[in-house]
Amino acid sequence: MRPLEPISAGRRLALGILFFVLFFAAWALATLGGFVPKIFLADPLTMVRDGARLLTDFGFAADILITIWRVVGGFVLAALVAVPLGILMGAYKPIEAFFEPFISFARYLPASAFVPLLILWAGLGETQKLLVIFIGSVFQIVLMVAVNVGQTRRDLVEAAYTLGAGDYGIVRRVLIPMNAPEIAEILRLVLGWAWTYVIVAELIGSSAGIGHMIIDSQALMATGQIIFGILVIGLIGLVSDYLFKRLNQTLFPWRLA
Amino acid sequence: MSKLVIEGLGRVFPGVRGGAPVTALQPTDLVVADNEFVTILGPSGCGKSTLLRIVAGLDRPSSGRVVLDGREISGPGPDRGMVFQSYTLFPWLTIAENIAFGLLEKGLGAAETRAIVAAYVDKVGLRGFENHWPKQLSGGMQQRTAIARALANDPAILLLDEPFGALDNQTRALMQELLLGIWERERKTVLFVTHDIEEAIFVGSRCLVMSARPGRVKADIPIPLPHPRHYTMKTSPDFSALKARLTEEIRAEAVLAAAH
Repeated sequence: MRPLEPISAGRRLALGILFFVLFFAAWALATLGGFVPKIFLADPLTMVRDGARLLTDFGFAADILITIWRVVGGFVLAALVAVPLGILMGAYKPIEAFFEPFISFARYLPASAFVPLLILWAGLGETQKLLVIFIGSVFQIVLMVAVNVGQTRRDLVEAAYTLGAGDYGIVRRVLIPMNAPEIAEILRLVLGWAWTYVIVAELIGSSAGIGHMIIDSQALMATGQIIFGILVIGLIGLVSDYLFKRLNQTLFPWRLA
Repeated sequence: MSKLVIEGLGRVFPGVRGGAPVTALQPTDLVVADNEFVTILGPSGCGKSTLLRIVAGLDRPSSGRVVLDGREISGPGPDRGMVFQSYTLFPWLTIAENIAFGLLEKGLGAAETRAIVAAYVDKVGLRGFENHWPKQLSGGMQQRTAIARALANDPAILLLDEPFGALDNQTRALMQELLLGIWERERKTVLFVTHDIEEAIFVGSRCLVMSARPGRVKADIPIPLPHPRHYTMKTSPDFSALKARLTEEIRAEAVLAAAH
């Protein structure tokens, strides 16, 4: 091993898988070997058995789907508001001066703390769940997009001006295409955070979803089910992250050139 | 016929953190004739880039004005094409799309745009690279694209701000010949900023020597070398005499600048 020396794709994959193997081995050793009481931590085999029963007997697939829909719904709403606003703030300094202080403040308001208020305002339905994710994501996206657009290389903007672009042309033909890959990366990052908000939203006053299953299992001390639920979230995150990356690579081939 | 008229053009930058204001450019007068290739030579910090940026409309003068084709300029526009020292191709556009950037802004039709792009791709010798991304090209090829992009817009004047400054010596020499060849065939009015004496003589029909702190035009020297120019001219006695003269002019400035 030398600093910054690259490794082959095969070795990279093997090392990545190796960690998972060791992780599960350590878990199995701790639980099956009797080092940790069953009541605190289920062993991997129980977890798999509980998970299978959740899927076959208790319709857990529907819970997974509803959670995915909530995350995607709230996240898409947030992105629809935040990306255009962020671009405008990055491009036009008066707009930035107007919104930036408030959004910097609002970004620190914890989305989870809004849950009781949102239940009061929007009831226990889907609107409330979507709003939690919306509040948790929207301010983060706005600020990161604004910073990104604001840092666009000045010389590219100047070059576009000398080629006859007007102010609107600068936004449409330079600022947006130049920053599109970073904006996509920001969305990928914030989507990951949205997953933590959805579980929080589902822990309270919910009748379906992965978070709801987890809180139900807590009452039954079914640690196997809880762990299965957490692992499912992790797997969905891994898959969506991968899909997002692949999408970015196809949308922005110039980044890889 | 005068193409570009600069009258009393000056630029003072406000002092930083309570410091004294810095005069980047003393009020300067300059008249550039149609199809003239004017090189602006000077040490760093002499205001030559400031002058060019004001003509481009990217910076505002503190005093004076710039008149191009009888119209006073007030901001950047497609009538003044510019090539920068840094690589400013749009990385998300292919080479052909980069050259077409200004044409699209003009609202030209697809067929006409394609024809103009193809012509300029040929002129700068980039056939076969039309669909490459800028990143995939060498520095010299990127600057050739930048020249094609500026020329495709058919500007009234071409402004070049040390366009070959980041290139290696051999590439730079080839780029000078390419640019000179285009100018000899098509005749454009050109302002070319450089700190390289040989470059200033080889491509220019007239050379302005600028002095530093405060920046001003110190000498205005015609370059009467015949066209078409061949690279072997760089070793001719006439060329050497001009080079010796400009070296003397610029050396005094460099010594002064280094002393500060």
